[in-house]
Amino acid sequence: MGKTALAHGKSWSDRIFDALVFIIVLLVVVITIYPFLNVLAISLNDSIDSVRGGITIFPRHFTWDNYIKIFTFSGLITGFKISALRTIAGTLLGLFSASMLAFTISREDFQGRKFVSTFLALTMYVSGGLIPTYILMKDLGLMNTFAVYILPGIVSAFNVFVIRSFIDGIPYALQESAKLDGANDFTIYWRVILPLAKPALATISLFLAVGQWNAWFDTYLYNGSSESLTTLQYELMKVLQSTTAGSGGDYRTNLVTSTVNQVSPESIKMAITIIVTVPILLVYPFLQKYFVKGMTLGAVKS
Amino acid sequence: MKAATIIPDSTPGNREKPQKTPQSRKRFWRTFKNQKYLYLMSLPFVIWVFVFSYLPLWGWTMAFQKYKPARSFFEQEWVGFEHFKTLFHDDQFLLSLRNTLAMSSMGLIAGFVFPILFAILLNEIRLSFFKRFAQTISYLPHFVSWVVAAGIVTKMLSTDNGLVNDVLMGLGFIHQPIQFMAQGHLFWGIVTLSDVWKETGWNAIIYLAAIAGIGPELYEAARVDGASRLRQIWHITLPGIRPTIIVLLIMSVGNLLNIGFEKQFLLGNNLVTDYSQVLDLYSLKYGLGMARYSFGTAINIFNSVISVALLFTINGIFKRTTKESLL
Repeated sequence: MGKTALAHGKSWSDRIFDALVFIIVLLVVVITIYPFLNVLAISLNDSIDSVRGGITIFPRHFTWDNYIKIFTFSGLITGFKISALRTIAGTLLGLFSASMLAFTISREDFQGRKFVSTFLALTMYVSGGLIPTYILMKDLGLMNTFAVYILPGIVSAFNVFVIRSFIDGIPYALQESAKLDGANDFTIYWRVILPLAKPALATISLFLAVGQWNAWFDTYLYNGSSESLTTLQYELMKVLQSTTAGSGGDYRTNLVTSTVNQVSPESIKMAITIIVTVPILLVYPFLQKYFVKGMTLGAVKS
Repeated sequence: MKAATIIPDSTPGNREKPQKTPQSRKRFWRTFKNQKYLYLMSLPFVIWVFVFSYLPLWGWTMAFQKYKPARSFFEQEWVGFEHFKTLFHDDQFLLSLRNTLAMSSMGLIAGFVFPILFAILLNEIRLSFFKRFAQTISYLPHFVSWVVAAGIVTKMLSTDNGLVNDVLMGLGFIHQPIQFMAQGHLFWGIVTLSDVWKETGWNAIIYLAAIAGIGPELYEAARVDGASRLRQIWHITLPGIRPTIIVLLIMSVGNLLNIGFEKQFLLGNNLVTDYSQVLDLYSLKYGLGMARYSFGTAINIFNSVISVALLFTINGIFKRTTKESLL
């Protein structure tokens, strides 16, 4: 390169470079978003017409029929309720526990600090595995209960450490002056730390809520046989696997009896996919500015 | 540090090694009383973690027993390493280990190369509104569940009106639609690319943040010296994010065997089992599914132990060569 490149074609090569970068990134954007638009279009298209194929991102014969039809599936209504319930309960409890633990281990004067943080950190590296966990849930009497969705995930070491590194950035003098005013440690946590840690809490609540909303395997493993505790993701999984003779049916035999075995038409599947995805799309724009910060924070400090 | 300097009266017990004198014990209990709220706020959760994260480790004893659910711990029959012997002689085990290692290494490499490339490309984009738009879209798949993602992937790869087959046929590369989901030898690639589709944008966030931390004066100096954009990427951007890459690499190597099984479970089917069965699915099918709890636990233990061993090995190698450590 050197001087000649600078003198001759700097702006030219720059322009080609810019154009190439733009095209590649645009391609990535299209590949990412197209499948969603395609699914949406098929879900809004007449189901018999869809079989002909050729639908891209616009429905050909627009109809709400597929959506009207899926609201008659009782499993989906129950699933929606349970999924919403576990998302709310799991997020609130998880937020509470993670922020409280984070507060205690952020306090350098706390005697139990080292023990608590080591005890937590170890859980990030070693886990008991699928079957010991399954047996534990069984022994604790959590099979076929709503509690099995909430209890095991209440404390997550990763979330604790993300919030803790945020709390570390809050000036300690604030806690000190609250203490001089006669506040105890719980009041400091509740009145001083929680309001100031809002950005970190927003990030963690997004992680928790998405995790809860998207979970399906715990339903499959622990609650597969109780229809009143089904979740939306699990229902979608059963419907999607109904045509592919999927691995699902294979492993399920000894665990649960599958209820949906009739083959659902493509458009119905797509409509359920959209229903399952929409709640995430709704909260996504509001929380976007937080999670980028939180993600960076967690990765750098932990 | 800051707490210790601000409040001199509460010297923490863990800073200087506490001696077991009556005085230090007294001091401990006095501080304990002062910090009762901190204890109240943390100990219940410690018990929680003990129950849900540490008790399953106790369950590892099952692998050395002929575990029967109805019996108590003291009534179980101990069999030593018998289940491990069975395991290591099982063809299905070797197959699962191969699949796990193959898919996790592919995922590891793709999970590094693509996010770094994408972050660098995004960083080079001058139109800031397009940059923001592209980034926002790119995170999107991260937030949908694997159930949805697997459904979308299956749809895109399907033989009737799947996008991929349509495009390939339209371009004249193939004349017959390919049954992607029914071909074992394509399964590893499909899983890896699905992961790339879902997680690249999300994983690029960290690298973008690291790139943003590189001083602009470095680029200016390079420009003055006449370095092309590609050279700037090679000599400034990449070295600038090197520490980030190393830290993330160590973390992912430790998780090499813990790749999870959601993708394989949801994308797999009976036709491709030889390529889709990973260790966790193996323990699910041949352990839990057949009520062979002890055998399944042996698989889980193998998985965990190898992961931790890998983590320490890689961390050790990095520590010696780069003097950077994570643990």
